[in-house]
Amino acid sequence: MVKQSLEPSRRVVLGNRAFRKFTGNPLAVTGTFLIVLLVLAAIFAPWVAPYNPLTLDLLNPYQPPLSPGHLLGTDNFGRDILSRIIYGSRISLLIGIVVVSIAATIGTFLGIIAGYFGGWVDETIMRVVEIFYAFPFLILAIAVIALFGPSIFNVMWVLGLVSWPLYARLVRAQVLTLRETDYVEAARAAGMGSWRIMFRHILPNSLTPVLVMATFGIPEAILASAALGFLGLGVQPPTPEWGVMISEGKDFIRRAPYLITWPGVAIMIVVLSFNFVGDGLRDALDPKLSKR
Amino acid sequence: MITYLIRRLLSNIPVLLGISFITFTLVTFAPGDAISLMLGNETANPANIERLKQELGLNNPWYIQYRDYMLGLTQGDFGTSITSRQPVLEQILARFPNTLLLTFSAMLVALTIAIPAGIISAARRNKPEDYSTMLLAMLGVAMPNFWLGLILILFFGLELRWLPIRGMGDLSDGLWDFVSHLILPAFTLGTALAAILTRLTRNAMLDVLAEDYVRTAKAKGLRTSLILYKHALRNAIIPVITTAGLQFGSLLGGAVIIETIFSWPGLGLLSINAIRQRDLPMIQGSVLVFALSFMLITLLVDLIYSSIDPRIRYG
Repeated sequence: MVKQSLEPSRRVVLGNRAFRKFTGNPLAVTGTFLIVLLVLAAIFAPWVAPYNPLTLDLLNPYQPPLSPGHLLGTDNFGRDILSRIIYGSRISLLIGIVVVSIAATIGTFLGIIAGYFGGWVDETIMRVVEIFYAFPFLILAIAVIALFGPSIFNVMWVLGLVSWPLYARLVRAQVLTLRETDYVEAARAAGMGSWRIMFRHILPNSLTPVLVMATFGIPEAILASAALGFLGLGVQPPTPEWGVMISEGKDFIRRAPYLITWPGVAIMIVVLSFNFVGDGLRDALDPKLSKR
Repeated sequence: MITYLIRRLLSNIPVLLGISFITFTLVTFAPGDAISLMLGNETANPANIERLKQELGLNNPWYIQYRDYMLGLTQGDFGTSITSRQPVLEQILARFPNTLLLTFSAMLVALTIAIPAGIISAARRNKPEDYSTMLLAMLGVAMPNFWLGLILILFFGLELRWLPIRGMGDLSDGLWDFVSHLILPAFTLGTALAAILTRLTRNAMLDVLAEDYVRTAKAKGLRTSLILYKHALRNAIIPVITTAGLQFGSLLGGAVIIETIFSWPGLGLLSINAIRQRDLPMIQGSVLVFALSFMLITLLVDLIYSSIDPRIRYG
């Protein structure tokens, strides 16, 4: 009981210091700003985008960037590239968030169980983790999606299912040390059940590294889904997904290189932003891991 | 060492079984319409579907199928390709060396960029050289490799016409023909890893440069280059090599995409074509070979790691 009153106050103090450290990191702040901008653009796409991303304008194809009315130009069907990129952010963000939520939920759950119970439970879960680790991530995803057919829904669950082992390993390692701490010992002595200890006491204290890993997981999922879209195994045209846009644009690469340039730049900005935020979070939350 | 080796090999057996079971389920529990998709629209009548199911053994209970599949694997029978009617293993073995060539070249590209860049970055910490290297490294990680590949094709292949952009060279046409075909795909595939390893080399070097023995070496008045390369690099290189080895799997995964862009005749292109043609045995076989080679490489890295670092002793 004493512990419960101590824990939150300590967390607040740490939180303040971490917050100051995070906001003192220019890259992390820039990344956060860009992500907020992107999320707003994604939510308000119908109002922000100058055109409908699917509307063909066959009289005005291959308008170069900065041409009147089309800031980033138009593609081979005369569709406005800026509008397609803005709508594309909806899909990329959605995929990134859903994939990471699936992976982090499964991974955290199995990681806690493995670490807490140990023994054969641990042995079994970690063997499965090892098996998943034996597959190059993208290859397993490609094979499964190939069988179930390409769709945004399949991309999300398959990428989520192949990336949970990372989280399981991370959380398990956390739990192994937390399991031996005094407050867990105290909870156990007070007669608290295993599940309650796991999810009320151990889980909240092992979430920090999960949060950091999830921040890095989002750009990774976005890159993977773009690669799948590019291969024709992800979101299908004419949906304005960034990987699909690059795939469609590659046939006109000499005539209109900007068809592939802009979606690539969009992917890079998103990935960089999340990586900046991830670096910032890691440095702020976990001083042990911070780099020079 | 010997006991560790044996234990390490034995611990791979469950993983091996797991891998084969997953690749097995890829075909067995594939959604029903996969069969009719495989046959295409014209030939997908019930009789043909039934015949194909019979041929793939899909009418047996799954454990019989798994037993047959495993028995086949131990005898080198990976099934028969549906499109080419050739044994799967034969085609995979014909293509696999090309993928290995591509991935090892990419690894070489990554290491030759990352190690010097990381050393420079660490030696000139917080100077313009450091910042620009780190900026490039961050871009390298954030760039989708298929996008980079297309940009390189556009620039070096189509505009400047310096390098070929499709297929693989032939040694009988001279060394340059062979190497020039390899440059763009290997560079494209290696960039992301180069970026990761540059950051890692820099941080490992900074760790080592803070050690006492480096200060001693400095105090003795040794040349900076000698300290950097002889004292620091030797110790900093171990995590770099380990990570490079463990990242081999991501290179194999990336090879699927890079081979598609550059029409590189490797296992990746083979599997993508198999996917496009719904050639289930071929998909199954190539995924299995990808996973097996990844597992072997990881094992190899582990063993090399334990033999180059005398501090590591496995009981």
